[in-house]
Amino acid sequence: MTTTAPSPATGAARTGPVLSVRDLTVSFAGPDDTVHAVDGVSYDLAPGEVLAVVGESGCGKSVTSMAVMGLLPPTARIGGSITLDGQELVGADERTWRPLRGRRLSMIFQEPMTSLNPVLTVGRQIAEVLIRHQKLSKKEARARAVELLDLVGIPAPDRRVDEYPHQLSGGMRQRVMIAIAVACDPAVLIADEPTTALDVTVQAGILDVLKNLRDRLGTAIVLITHDLGVVAETADRVLVMYAGRPVEQAPVDELFAAPSHPYTRGLLGAVLRPGSRTKDGRARLNEIPGLVPDLRSRPDACTFAPRCAFAEDDCRGGRPQLRTLAGGHRIACHHPVTPQPEEEVSA
Amino acid sequence: MTDRVTTPVLDVRGLRRHFPAPSGSVRAVDGVSLTIGPGEVVGLVGESGSGKSTVGRCVVRLDTPTGGEVVIDGTDVTSLSARQMRPLRKKVHLVFQDPSSSLNPRMTIRQIIAEPLRLHGLASRAEASARVDELLRQVGLRPELADRTPHQLSGGQRQRVSIARALSVEPALLVADEPTSALDVSVQASVLNLLADLQKDRGFGCLFITHDLAAVEYLADRIAVMYLGRIVEQAPAGELFADPKHPYTQALLSAAPVPDPRAGRERIVLGGDLPSPLDPPPGCHFHTRCPLATDRCRTEAPELRVLPAAEPGGAPREVACHLVGEDGKAPDARAAA
Repeated sequence: MTTTAPSPATGAARTGPVLSVRDLTVSFAGPDDTVHAVDGVSYDLAPGEVLAVVGESGCGKSVTSMAVMGLLPPTARIGGSITLDGQELVGADERTWRPLRGRRLSMIFQEPMTSLNPVLTVGRQIAEVLIRHQKLSKKEARARAVELLDLVGIPAPDRRVDEYPHQLSGGMRQRVMIAIAVACDPAVLIADEPTTALDVTVQAGILDVLKNLRDRLGTAIVLITHDLGVVAETADRVLVMYAGRPVEQAPVDELFAAPSHPYTRGLLGAVLRPGSRTKDGRARLNEIPGLVPDLRSRPDACTFAPRCAFAEDDCRGGRPQLRTLAGGHRIACHHPVTPQPEEEVSA
Repeated sequence: MTDRVTTPVLDVRGLRRHFPAPSGSVRAVDGVSLTIGPGEVVGLVGESGSGKSTVGRCVVRLDTPTGGEVVIDGTDVTSLSARQMRPLRKKVHLVFQDPSSSLNPRMTIRQIIAEPLRLHGLASRAEASARVDELLRQVGLRPELADRTPHQLSGGQRQRVSIARALSVEPALLVADEPTSALDVSVQASVLNLLADLQKDRGFGCLFITHDLAAVEYLADRIAVMYLGRIVEQAPAGELFADPKHPYTQALLSAAPVPDPRAGRERIVLGGDLPSPLDPPPGCHFHTRCPLATDRCRTEAPELRVLPAAEPGGAPREVACHLVGEDGKAPDARAAA
């Protein structure tokens, strides 16, 4: 791979990040050109932290997570570094991955129906993970499956454990997915649009389950979503991505109170808020003019510049690097909208 | 002949759509009444399985109601044949959720938008072409796009094409079924702006079907909330959000996430799942999940009844709940949950 792997930390300090992503790049080579799906993403995830990765379709948020899970197809070219508890995962072989996936690292997806096996009972699907990773007997695994169903808030778990996915509602299926994902008490759970396919009243329950797991098990969660309402309610920290690149990263309160990147401001401005219509009529919603750039080009410039109201010549002539502002705020922009005093940038 | 101005563009009375099933029937829509005046935007809100899309499909007669009446602009279309329906199709048009599956991939944008004009014989080829350019401009697209095919456009652009096609024949009623749900946030905002602008300029009536409460608050003048095939509450948009009466409406509004990390709020978490429309619960359909349900709710189905307007001269509102008093005083589901 393109970078040298850091030596595996022996007994990684518990205070340090459980997952570190550094300068991650993912590209897919086609016959004529290359698509740069992820270009220079870095983040640290502390134990028990919820990091939301936000962006619109095609911004690379899902590809980043698939890279972290080692689930990208062999055609993907991955660069940079991903370390879990100090162990380098970029370039790791399948033998390295197998004991990690499903045990230290888990993932839940948007559509629970297509992620569950329709011909196996939910109990067997939960037990499968436990038998494989924790070497439990069938009987022990089933008992643990009932406990897990209870943990994720499924009523009558001893009856539900013998049901098939089609007998459950969408919300219940997503709870089963979460039960499978947390069966081995993973250090990191990646939730890719976990509530997008669900109704709002059901969504609220699923987000509560995730927060509850974080509190009880200390699971660190990467929450991928395009719903800024979900972000505001669930995340501790937010990473905003645009066209494969990270543009802003900040604690959630900070990001919503003082978004600094023009794209983040545009995104927050476009969100409908309660009270958008008064007696005087509809307030005009903010739009972001223009279109998302083509990921086949990889310009040495800010990729948001063509759509940005604040863009100047330097934006078109040089790629802005991520730099740290006050309050743990990181931003890749030559002209942040609410400039803050720059701090010492620690490597 | 009644006064044109007062004829509603859509009048739905007691609409039922039951689908036959091996063990009885699925009551997807079970007695829905709804009126849309000229130039009025009515939001139809509900969760998956509430029957909101089936109402939309019955209104545009993509589906045939099994009971009740659908009257479009004074014409009863409930049981018209496809052939009889054809000339009326210029009065009502539909915009679907997914623009990539509702546009023919082998037609150019120009052909797609001109098709309704051609089928209704409303324009010659040259006129239609000029009209397409004009429509594209009105929906915020460059006329150069007319010769492309749908796959060459982005999702937001495709949805604009769907809207242009729907409005090409200047319908009195536009039925929009989740028109922004498949779009990204920033694109969603631009499509909602567009719908708001076009509606203001052209004054068509609109049935806006969605699960997105923020979008419906923005666009609709009046909102009807559906639960398991029935309307449980109907009110002017502002009043519904300020003072929801039905316990289900209260729970629904409280569950929507607010894009502000500092907004403290109390959610009403509903227990259980949406019951099966194959075997809806007796009495009030919502009683199985309602934190306030009483014995009467479990046995007697509440009728949709008119409440006095919030302020003198205001529009009346309707609710189907035994627990809401004659004076419109509603119980607080939050306190009980």
